[in-house]
Amino acid sequence: MTTTKKHVPNMVLATKKYDVVGTRPVRPDGADKVTGRARYGADFQMAGLLHGKVLRSPHAHARIKSVDTTKAEAMAGVLAVVTNDDLPTDGKEADLRRNVLASDKALYKGHAVAAVAALSPHEAEEALSLINVDYEVLSPVLTVQEAMAENAAILHEDLRTEEGGVKGDKPTNIAEHFRHVLGDVEKGFDESDVVVEREYNTATVHQGYIEPQVASGLWNPDGRVHIWCSTQGAFTVREDVAKVLDISESLVKVTPMEIGGGFGGKIPSYIEPVCALLSKKSGRPVKIVMTRKEVFEATGPTPGSHVKIKVGADNEGNLKAAQAYLAYEAGGFKGSPVGAGSQCVFAAYAVPNQAIDGYDVVVNKPKTQAYRAPGATNAAFAMESVVSEIAQKLGIDPMDIRLKNSSKEGTRRADGPTFPRIGCEEVLRAMKDHPHYKSPLNGPNQGRGVSIGYWFNVGFKSACTISVNPDGTISLIEGSTDIGGSRASISMQAAEVLGIRAEDVRPTVADTDSVGYTDVTGGSRVTYATGWAAYLAADDVKKQMIQRAALIWGVEADSLEMVRGVTKSKTDNELKMTFKELAAELNETGGTIIGSGSLDTGGMGAGGGSFAGNIVDVEVDPETGKVKVLRFTVVQDAGKAIHPSYVEGQMQGGSVQGIGWALNEEYYMSDDGTMANSSLLDYRMPTSLDLPMIDTVIVEVPSPTHPYGVRGVGEANIVPPPAAVAHAIQSATGVWLNKLPMNPVAVTKAIWDQKK
Amino acid sequence: MPAKTYVQTTINGENVEFLCEPRQSLLECLRDVIGLTGSKEGCNDGNCGACTVMFDGRIVTSCLVLGVEAAGKEITTIEGIASGSDLHPIQQAFLEDAALQCGICTPGFIVATKALLDHNPNPSEYEIRFWLANNLCRCTGYDKIVRAVQHAAEKMQEARV
Repeated sequence: MTTTKKHVPNMVLATKKYDVVGTRPVRPDGADKVTGRARYGADFQMAGLLHGKVLRSPHAHARIKSVDTTKAEAMAGVLAVVTNDDLPTDGKEADLRRNVLASDKALYKGHAVAAVAALSPHEAEEALSLINVDYEVLSPVLTVQEAMAENAAILHEDLRTEEGGVKGDKPTNIAEHFRHVLGDVEKGFDESDVVVEREYNTATVHQGYIEPQVASGLWNPDGRVHIWCSTQGAFTVREDVAKVLDISESLVKVTPMEIGGGFGGKIPSYIEPVCALLSKKSGRPVKIVMTRKEVFEATGPTPGSHVKIKVGADNEGNLKAAQAYLAYEAGGFKGSPVGAGSQCVFAAYAVPNQAIDGYDVVVNKPKTQAYRAPGATNAAFAMESVVSEIAQKLGIDPMDIRLKNSSKEGTRRADGPTFPRIGCEEVLRAMKDHPHYKSPLNGPNQGRGVSIGYWFNVGFKSACTISVNPDGTISLIEGSTDIGGSRASISMQAAEVLGIRAEDVRPTVADTDSVGYTDVTGGSRVTYATGWAAYLAADDVKKQMIQRAALIWGVEADSLEMVRGVTKSKTDNELKMTFKELAAELNETGGTIIGSGSLDTGGMGAGGGSFAGNIVDVEVDPETGKVKVLRFTVVQDAGKAIHPSYVEGQMQGGSVQGIGWALNEEYYMSDDGTMANSSLLDYRMPTSLDLPMIDTVIVEVPSPTHPYGVRGVGEANIVPPPAAVAHAIQSATGVWLNKLPMNPVAVTKAIWDQKK
Repeated sequence: MPAKTYVQTTINGENVEFLCEPRQSLLECLRDVIGLTGSKEGCNDGNCGACTVMFDGRIVTSCLVLGVEAAGKEITTIEGIASGSDLHPIQQAFLEDAALQCGICTPGFIVATKALLDHNPNPSEYEIRFWLANNLCRCTGYDKIVRAVQHAAEKMQEARV
């Protein structure tokens, strides 16, 4: 078994000194979360609360000919039943509404068809069995290859392929095809001494958050709708509920409860509008808690994919050309993350000639959703495997070929952007210099793999207000649901500006009526963007504090400054007050001070994004094909780590999700489109016993935009593991696996095929 | 609706009486009948461990125990781990080591850890990983949880000396 390894010191290139930023205080919501007092979505209670259950399609693809709810409505204890007929009929928001409650077609097994509100969850469940649905069962398409084939069953009769803004003229399952080009890829291949072309398939996987989706809704007689739910974006739920119900956004108030994990899967709304509808019909508040089976069958997942990669290099290891074909499952409705995959597939490399084709393909699975760097992991599994294979063919160290071709400031991507200052090279260098990379392997059937991954990160909009308390603390109101310690990282940025301790900040994640518009907790944006809003709000407080001191002392504000929390005269040493002393004066000198910050921190690529790399050692049992991870090191560019413990936590968590994706997670589909492993027992995500410690190295190459140099770290860490594990398996067995997951069956088969 | 059954039990050292339907799980009774919502539901089939409680000295997933089975038993939930306003060293270690991100699995991990350290005050890393393999965490990758358990064990041993 593994032993605990000493942490390797972080590679810190951010040289500015801070008092609070970079320290590791206990999180402000910590005590509530270790005592069971924190209130998550399912903990919501209200007088008169009803319990809702959702009837779901047992077929992956079927026409819904009729839904008869008469018997369910007549059952004692049932107060409301809803179907798609209860939604507005204006034809708008068709996909959103049809995913919430199916209309003419069920597009995946688990697709919601009707919902019931009753006095107890048990009675609601009984009532579901009284609803009669007449289905005409159709044959399902379950992979992109099936869906793209001639004569494939068609999910949406009205879907046409969009190509360069032009729509095709015949029914199809391909919602979109796009192409990014840089240089001349054919010329690049001609100039290459070695060309490797490989084909990959990856399975559909789920985000796997431990808390199932849950929502409660109340439609008040005054026309206002109040939703309490577990979500990554309260304002997104507000917008979705308003769209589905066709009411004004300001009539919807969303109170985000504590959230039990999301990883992208809790951005979309499923049951929130249904709760509201059931409440409108019953006149009572209604709560719906999904079962784990519903979570697997009707939420998430992230797409399975079919990927082809062709890369050419000269004998010195210079990459000359790279070509990608990316076809991703969108699920029942269009909109896979294939675009994001195309932006990340070659991001780590300065390759002069590139061509990337992307296909968004509908299949009879739940509408796919974001999952930590959505789209990037599928692409990196393929690209990184090819790069490692080229290095082997040329006899070049796999780290050296990556360093030789590393992206850097000024490198242009095929999808358009030119990189600002990024930390790709620094991450690679930290990997190569790491003792893990230089250490020997310790036995037969062991192998080592490396890989690098990129996620562009998003900026988007955040708002924050801060009020000063008389005891020298501040109350901070923000709108980013705290999924992994972000109350701490946001508070710390405000504390740094004001020269107070992290513990002196009282953060609250507020409802949509109480804080300015804030985008989702996603895209690695919260510490970056909401932290920046807190920085602005704190700076606003700072300016007002200086003005108040000027008023108290009868001097010009220009003659004062605030340094590490002490407001003082630039010329008179006698004139100074600590933050606490000045705070105590506020109520008597004009009232408290409230500062605010609101900004749009930009779109995709905010701060340049983040790179993460892995070194992994595995042992492969040649008889059973079981792969054991012996040692794992993750290196990531955090720009500036505000709270290093939570940065490490993101790196470790993302790495382990990547290991699960690599080795055993998948939607194991029956031919009829049933997910055969829709329980946590059978889906089998990694347990503590499957893993070693996950060693972390935080690289700090400050982002050129954020006031403290932050780069979001939530996502890039899931990108490299599958390719690094595949490389390690190859180094142990001599076989490249081209399919995820690399479970014992797949590994054994690959070893046998090699022996043939 | 089936007739309800009267149940008398001990939860976190206090006498508790409640009524429940025979089909209701202990988890449902704790959360919805008694109002102790610290135990969490992640799967309702005994695979995630978020609802772990102590049940007459051993750990169970309370979603797989019926409420009526609580009669006459001694139950400890996450709400009974701290003593008054003092956090238990395990809770303190989870905070200091950043062993939680979203926190939904944390009550189950803390109850399971308490049972581990009661039974084996100085577990090896392997023993910690083996014991906690009943509890799923999707956020942390377990590294910081294992370290927090190690630190809690050290602190508890120091306190005993």
